[in-house]
Amino acid sequence: MVIERKWKTWVYFYIPLTVFVVGTLFPFYWMLITAIRPDAELYRSWRAATNTPFWTLQPTLEHFRDLMAKTTFPHWLWNTLFIAVVSTAISLFCGLLAGYALARLRFPMAGTLGTSIFVTYLVPPTLLFIPLANIIRTFQVGDTPWALILTYPTFLIPFCTWLLMGYFKTIPKELEECARIDGATRFGAMVRIIFPIAVPGILSAGIFAFTLSWNEFIYALVFLSSPEKKTVPVGVVSELIRGDIYFWGQLMAGALLGSIPVALVYSFFVEYYVTGLTGSVKG
Amino acid sequence: MKKPIAGGAGSVAGLEVALPHPRATQPQRLTRFLENERALAAILLAPTVLILGTFIAYPFIMGVWLSLSSTSVGNVGEFVGFKNFAKAWNDSIFRTAFGNTFYYTFWATIFKLTLGMWLALLLNRHFRGKRIVRASMLLPFIVPTVLSTFAWRWMFDPTFSVLNWLLYKGGLITTKLPFLSDGVYGMWCAITVNTWRGMPFFAITLLAGLQTINPDLHEAASLDGANGWKRFWHVTWPLLKPVTVVVVVFSVIQTFSDFQLIYVLTGGGPANSTHLLATYAYQVGVATGLLGEGAAISLFMLPVLFVVVWLQLRYLRRMEGA
Repeated sequence: MVIERKWKTWVYFYIPLTVFVVGTLFPFYWMLITAIRPDAELYRSWRAATNTPFWTLQPTLEHFRDLMAKTTFPHWLWNTLFIAVVSTAISLFCGLLAGYALARLRFPMAGTLGTSIFVTYLVPPTLLFIPLANIIRTFQVGDTPWALILTYPTFLIPFCTWLLMGYFKTIPKELEECARIDGATRFGAMVRIIFPIAVPGILSAGIFAFTLSWNEFIYALVFLSSPEKKTVPVGVVSELIRGDIYFWGQLMAGALLGSIPVALVYSFFVEYYVTGLTGSVKG
Repeated sequence: MKKPIAGGAGSVAGLEVALPHPRATQPQRLTRFLENERALAAILLAPTVLILGTFIAYPFIMGVWLSLSSTSVGNVGEFVGFKNFAKAWNDSIFRTAFGNTFYYTFWATIFKLTLGMWLALLLNRHFRGKRIVRASMLLPFIVPTVLSTFAWRWMFDPTFSVLNWLLYKGGLITTKLPFLSDGVYGMWCAITVNTWRGMPFFAITLLAGLQTINPDLHEAASLDGANGWKRFWHVTWPLLKPVTVVVVVFSVIQTFSDFQLIYVLTGGGPANSTHLLATYAYQVGVATGLLGEGAAISLFMLPVLFVVVWLQLRYLRRMEGA
């Protein structure tokens, strides 16, 4: 360990770290304080002497009540959850099988296929949303959750495959070989020996995929149109602004409630999420 | 086919012939089939190839076709060659959006890399509450971008901006700054929000890279008289380069094709001065309904993405070869 003087530790460590923490978390604090502030206080003149922007003495839950009772916000929450869970499940299933095949089996075109899955991983949704909207219309699933359940795997499967492939490569081949000598089939060894060992990898991929589909915006914006069918991000953007008027209290309440589920999932599985995050960029 | 057991009742045997047990024979055939490595690979990869083929490869081809046609909503267009591309190129809003996309990507990536590296170095030290600080640092990256961008938009509000209030109370300004009502300010606000959102991704992945570096190397370097900056430049940075390259590539792709941040923060305004390629493609292709022209605009992203992906693949190959 390199020993430093006390003032140096403050200048080079504590002060910058505090700035980072405050800068990172301030927007969330601002979300919270706006969401619980009564309207009368929210739109107070900029230079008013009574302006206390950083706290409020009359916290209220009115914005949350309005959001739950007067808008279709509860529907959006449910839609987002349903779509995120189903598309994550589909992607994990596909990614698990494909990842295993690419990591363990020898077959012609294995390299090409691996590379093309990696390339699709890097294709951004904004490149494809216009033709995809046409295809969604052809399949007649526009304005239904299925439009998103079918399209979210396009960016989730490559990621899951990539991550799980890396994970499978770290599992020693001998485990399968032993099982096969004991009479297990290739398929049986995969399902009963390798998949259980890969549970941490599956969990990482699943958590990461869940947060990705919870956050997705452009497909949901383009493929859904009925107010009660929207997901949280699209609903907040398009339904909570009436005309040109921004109801900031309600908007921030919506932003907060829409962030909580995904933040909760994250907080329970921080380590798995970080593994997924760092694994997502490694081979 | 099984032979009836000798002495068994004829009728039972006849029944067995008429109704072969699918449960007994088929799984065996299936198992034998799955023992073949190629067959198993084909089956395991089928769902992935099917989904990616239908919803990535096919739309990609269709996108190219759309960009060469005059299709709009409710109107099957005809082949018009490169007219859409030419039209976009001569459109001043497109030119602005094109330039903005590079500007936005360049500066946001620079800031994310420097600040992310700095944060990673800070988080690599031992201090109380390290776990909780590290976990909370990732929050901007976890929370839906659209929702956190709304919080920023409220912080940049023309009348009630808390940032203006802070600067005013701090004596730094005498009149409000036009955060989102001026094109140049608007672009820099977007770069700020993008940096805020993307920096944790850099910090956490670089931190993972830092943790693999043997502390003995630093010890040795400092015994040789290297100061903090020299230790970073000659020990940490070279070892961290492979991770950095990969993280930068991912970030460049995402920033270059960004949509949601601008859509919420400025909507491309004021006067179309802060559009990116993706938001302008949306405005033309979806909001106006000119599918062909919109598809052409979004395809302008392709060459840059292609180069980045190609570099990434080459880099990965070299790493594997090494």
